[in-house]
Amino acid sequence: MTISLKPNNSPSKKLQPTGWLKYLSFSLDHKVIGLQYLVCGFLFYLIGGSLAGAIRVELFSPLSDFMPREVYNQVLTLHGTIMIFLWIVPVVNGAFGNYLIPFYVGARDMAFPRLNAVAFWLIPPSGLMLITSYFINGAAQSGWTAYPPLSITTPAAGQIIWILSVLLLGGSSIFGGINFIATILKLRRPGLKLMQLPMYCWAMLGTSILVVLSTPVLAGTLILLSFDIVAHTGFFNPSLGGNVIVYQHLFWFYSHPAVYIMVLPAFGLVSEILPIHSRKPLFGYTTMVFSIMGIVVLGLVVWAHHMFTSGTPPWMRLFFTIATAFIAVPTGIKFFNWVATLWGGKISLNGAMLFSCGFIINFVLGGITGVALAQVPFDVHVHDTYFVVAHFHYIVYGGSVFVIFSSIYHWFPKFTGKMLNENLGRFHFIITFIGFNLCFAPQHWLGLNGMPRRVAEYDPQFQLINQISSLGALLMAISTLPFLWNILQSILFGDEAGDNPWNALTPEWLTSSPPPVENWEGDAPLVLEPYGYGKKDSNVTQEEIK
Amino acid sequence: MPKLSAILTLTSSLILGVAGVWVAYNVDMLPVSASMNAPVYDELYRVLFIIGIILFIGMTALVIYSLFQFRRRPGETGDGIDLEGNISLEIFWTAVPAIVVLFVGLYSYDIYDRMGGMQPLMHDHSGQMDNQAERVWGGIGSGPIESSSTNNSSSLPIELTAMQFAFIFHYPKGDIISGELHVPVGREVSLKMESKDVIHAFWVPQFRLKQDVIPGQPTILNFTPTKAGNFPIVCAELCGPYHGGMRSNVIVDEQEDFDTWLKANSKESI
Repeated sequence: MTISLKPNNSPSKKLQPTGWLKYLSFSLDHKVIGLQYLVCGFLFYLIGGSLAGAIRVELFSPLSDFMPREVYNQVLTLHGTIMIFLWIVPVVNGAFGNYLIPFYVGARDMAFPRLNAVAFWLIPPSGLMLITSYFINGAAQSGWTAYPPLSITTPAAGQIIWILSVLLLGGSSIFGGINFIATILKLRRPGLKLMQLPMYCWAMLGTSILVVLSTPVLAGTLILLSFDIVAHTGFFNPSLGGNVIVYQHLFWFYSHPAVYIMVLPAFGLVSEILPIHSRKPLFGYTTMVFSIMGIVVLGLVVWAHHMFTSGTPPWMRLFFTIATAFIAVPTGIKFFNWVATLWGGKISLNGAMLFSCGFIINFVLGGITGVALAQVPFDVHVHDTYFVVAHFHYIVYGGSVFVIFSSIYHWFPKFTGKMLNENLGRFHFIITFIGFNLCFAPQHWLGLNGMPRRVAEYDPQFQLINQISSLGALLMAISTLPFLWNILQSILFGDEAGDNPWNALTPEWLTSSPPPVENWEGDAPLVLEPYGYGKKDSNVTQEEIK
Repeated sequence: MPKLSAILTLTSSLILGVAGVWVAYNVDMLPVSASMNAPVYDELYRVLFIIGIILFIGMTALVIYSLFQFRRRPGETGDGIDLEGNISLEIFWTAVPAIVVLFVGLYSYDIYDRMGGMQPLMHDHSGQMDNQAERVWGGIGSGPIESSSTNNSSSLPIELTAMQFAFIFHYPKGDIISGELHVPVGREVSLKMESKDVIHAFWVPQFRLKQDVIPGQPTILNFTPTKAGNFPIVCAELCGPYHGGMRSNVIVDEQEDFDTWLKANSKESI
């Protein structure tokens, strides 16, 4: 059965620079590209985080006294755009997807290595373009949603650069999605069936389907919006007979699935991390696969729940309420399965495990407020308030970003061959968890009691709660320091990790750390049971592993 | 032993349930309710809060208990139990959330119906519209569907024009223009809203009501204030640099005070 997969001996691969320079090159190696995504994303995270800090400083007092109002709107627009398009989406998809998917399917690289490198190299220029727009006449001021007519009437230069940048990032995302679908479906090692793949592959397959189906709609919408701005067409301009609600439908047709593009890969990563650190098989593999696909299908038909106050007709409100609430069912299955995975395990309380468990707790709260927000009568009161801000930060920060940290603690030994300091990791987790909850939990109350989102000034009665929230944000900022120190000292002086420090069974651990360019010295191992922990006679095919 | 664990599970879920109900009735996070649909809203909020708090505390407790109970003791080696799934358990935790979600969906539909949100579009105000081409979207009404159509004549029509960065109210009866909204207690108000420039949103937290004010799309929002007082009107849709400052007040008066105000400010004698 063993089929030898020959390395790809394309001449260009031999011309690749080696050493640290390869991380600045047009490398075709999926591992290099993955780390390029990760480091680049993290740099943008620091920028987006500083912008969030500026927002929390402005909101420390009820008056607009820290920065000019126009700048405040630019800051919140840049914060949202950077965190979504330059940090979470590229990292949970691009970074971990590129690094892990070829290992998981038993391939030596992605299906289209050049397309892969192009997808990555679209990100730094579009990110830089977005940020420099601030210095050229001001960045976009209409929020990351860019609703017309506001986006048509605010200064055009910043808005157009924002559109160009998001178009390029969307293109990068589509290239990545095509590549993942092709790799997972067509590059699997002979003998490896779909239902034997690690769960992250299923998450990435589902996510990539969403990317490929919905991102082109965003691209088309933004091109029409740019026509309205530059050529004074009237697609979305009511004074020229356009319709602003059509834009909202088209925008959310992408931007709701975008939430799943940010959380489904995170679900996949958690499904890899929990079994290894609790030494238990992943509970309910089959139901996990079906719930991912259920989320993909439902995720495409819930977009109008962002528009319950936009004058949508009653039938639409009813349909989108029910469809949205039903996403709780497949999502709930996944959470119960994860808790069942922990149950009866031998759990190591390390950085990877703690961040994954923090993710479960945070995301459950975000999910509960999500089901509440899906109910039209509930939503008409809290829509566009700090309640919504709290809800989606529980999903994207408490969810996706916690998983990114968990994944860095988990895969750092594979990336570098060095161990991270687990005590620093635990410390990092505790202040991140406290800071995050201190920052965002009080915002639920703010929204319920009358504070709208995206405001630079607010009713003085909300001052105390805003100050508590800002204090939490300060803790979150501080929590980055032990993490950065941990990374730095581990790279320089860290303990050697060895090939498989966690005694894991998934294929990326069955090679050296860091892995060779062709991933394995010999043939790719055939891992039929990636979660076979606790078995007396493990069915993992060991004959091909040295 | 299975008997003991069953009793433990049962008692802990009972305690959890009681705690959830207690919290929902004793932790009041909402502002004063001052319109006819606010108490209906608060009822839904309470139900969602009970379900949410039970789920959240339950899941958090399970995670923390697992981390503590199944933590790796110093010097311990080896794997956990070989447990890959349990069909009946998985069916159980698929079915229960499905039933809860279906219940919540139907219940909130009922709540929305009681708020009058399911009224057919272009039903009641079409006769009053001068321009038949205008599209009028039904906002949220105040009472059940049957009563609102009969009460139509007695509702107080007011026009709202939103612009960067102010709300302007116009009372057709008396031709009054005001920056604040004056309404009487207990009478249905029919607010016809239109925006001059970008999208704004009319939100009164104490009324539990919000509706976008959209350029090119007149919208009618019906509501009935039930409590005299002074409540904030907040713009809830990003509308430009002064979005945070786009606030006004709704002054809910007793009927006679409102009549006095109306008389004092009207340009023509009524």
